[in-house]
Amino acid sequence: MTLTENRAQQPPTDSRSVRRLTHPDPAARTRGGQRFLLIGLVLASVYSLFPVWWLIVAATKDRTGLYQSNGLWFSGWHLWDNLHQLFTYEDGIFLRWTANSFLYAGVGSLGGTLIALATGYGLARFQFPGRNLVFACVVGSFLIPIALLTLPLYLLFSEIGLVDTPWAMLIPCLINPFSVYLAKVYTEATVPFELLEAARIDGAGELRIFFSIVLRMMTTGGATVFLLAFVNTWNAFFLPLTVLRGEENWTLNLGLYNWSGKRLESGVDLTSLVLTGALLSIVPMAIMMVAMRRYWRTGVTLGALK
Amino acid sequence: MIRSLRWKGAAFTVPFQLGFVFLYLLPIGYAVYQSLFVEQQSGLGLGGSTEEFAGLDNYREGLTDSAFMGAVLRVVLFACVQIPVMLLISLVLALLLDAVTSRAASRFRVVLLVPYMIPGVVAAVVWVNLYSPDVGPLTPLGDAFGFDWNFFAPSMVWPAIGNLLTWHGIGYNMVIIYAALQGVPRELFEAARLDGASERRIALSIKIPYVRGALVLTGMLSIIQMLQIFNEPALFRNVTPQTVDGNFTPIMIIYNQAFNAGDYHYAATLSVLLALILGVASFLFYRLTSREAD
Repeated sequence: MTLTENRAQQPPTDSRSVRRLTHPDPAARTRGGQRFLLIGLVLASVYSLFPVWWLIVAATKDRTGLYQSNGLWFSGWHLWDNLHQLFTYEDGIFLRWTANSFLYAGVGSLGGTLIALATGYGLARFQFPGRNLVFACVVGSFLIPIALLTLPLYLLFSEIGLVDTPWAMLIPCLINPFSVYLAKVYTEATVPFELLEAARIDGAGELRIFFSIVLRMMTTGGATVFLLAFVNTWNAFFLPLTVLRGEENWTLNLGLYNWSGKRLESGVDLTSLVLTGALLSIVPMAIMMVAMRRYWRTGVTLGALK
Repeated sequence: MIRSLRWKGAAFTVPFQLGFVFLYLLPIGYAVYQSLFVEQQSGLGLGGSTEEFAGLDNYREGLTDSAFMGAVLRVVLFACVQIPVMLLISLVLALLLDAVTSRAASRFRVVLLVPYMIPGVVAAVVWVNLYSPDVGPLTPLGDAFGFDWNFFAPSMVWPAIGNLLTWHGIGYNMVIIYAALQGVPRELFEAARLDGASERRIALSIKIPYVRGALVLTGMLSIIQMLQIFNEPALFRNVTPQTVDGNFTPIMIIYNQAFNAGDYHYAATLSVLLALILGVASFLFYRLTSREAD
């Protein structure tokens, strides 16, 4: 893990910056032009960052500060009180939601990634009848709206008693066509036919080849697939809203949604808790994205090549 | 390939195939099946209800349902404004990144991607509070400059949601367009410069045509997402139900039909209709953009 992380730290822009040095843009050479471009980027950065800044500031304020002081600057330091309140509200239901989000996103994506890697490998490196049909299903499913799947899934799940259990979130996460698509692309790029032939001649079974050779070669691809699936599940809203009823099974998103509606529904103002909770729910995403920067970037650009 | 090997290869895809049948094909089939039936109350509704085959009656009702078609139209009109604006900003930012030194570019890229790291629901929670006249800083800011804006007024809700989506989406789209820009052979720029082309001319005549593919792709993804918009309006409805009603977007209507009105048959019909509309929209967009390329 440390090895891969070190590799991830290396800027992937190396070759490009070398190219830039040999062919510098004239616009980059003239100071004035460069400054003009930078002003544009700085303005865009301010636009991108100020809501996050406001959120951080708001999480440090008590209720009077929140409603009466200037939103963009601090007024008193109440972050610890807010956190204490957040974690003790309704017997620590917020912690429960956090744990649920980690459970659904972590376990669901892990299982989904394994299935996707096996499927991608099967599609990319074997010829079998129906292969094109399977791949057509994968690509075709990108166009299916979530409502078309989620509502009947809710009815089917309620028939077999899965509604309002963690399984209702975990099972749909296991099958992710976009992950399969990525896994197929990665297999094609990283697992050579010759290597598989050589392993077969050496007498290795197909399962052994997959688990001890292919999966190892696909570490980067697998990590990207896992990361994207994790982010997707963590961000999911319509599926949990539909299949989870009792608040002990909710995700962070559902909990925050419910809390932000409390004020009109029952007159309880939880704005301060909502904002502190919103800030906390960003933290795992930010850590994951930064730690797996390189994997993530390849994922984003691969998505673009679709 | 040897026969047994073929089947072993196919075996790797079996878990996915089973899951796909259970989680995709079966639900779609079930939705289509349900859309062909209606629930009939027997007598005064005391004797329970029975399901009756209704053919395409539900579809007829859906296609003439002014609330549903109105919501589709509303979302399509909104998409026609928001998506071009977002893509234009993303394109300009990608061009700016491409023109500054690579060290500055990598720093700004990280900063501009920050909104994308924030879950959509959380982003909506943050912006709803930024817009809020009680806690948000935008209302006093507007006062200071003499604007008397109320983001929860009916005329401001769509611009408010549009700004939220744009804020959330420009980083991701910028990265995709920027990646495409990096693929442009640098020699082209040198040649153009030697011919006396200005930087702006190079951007317009070389760079933008080169990233057309990326723009088409991100536009397509945005359209697919936009027709299914649910999270953001739902969060707005949470705080201002008088401006964002339950019929605001197609998916909100489907959700309400299923869980508030309890009419699964009609909800299933509308979701099949939405899938068809999505398919047609994607096809039209694809045809339109690929014909222009010829």
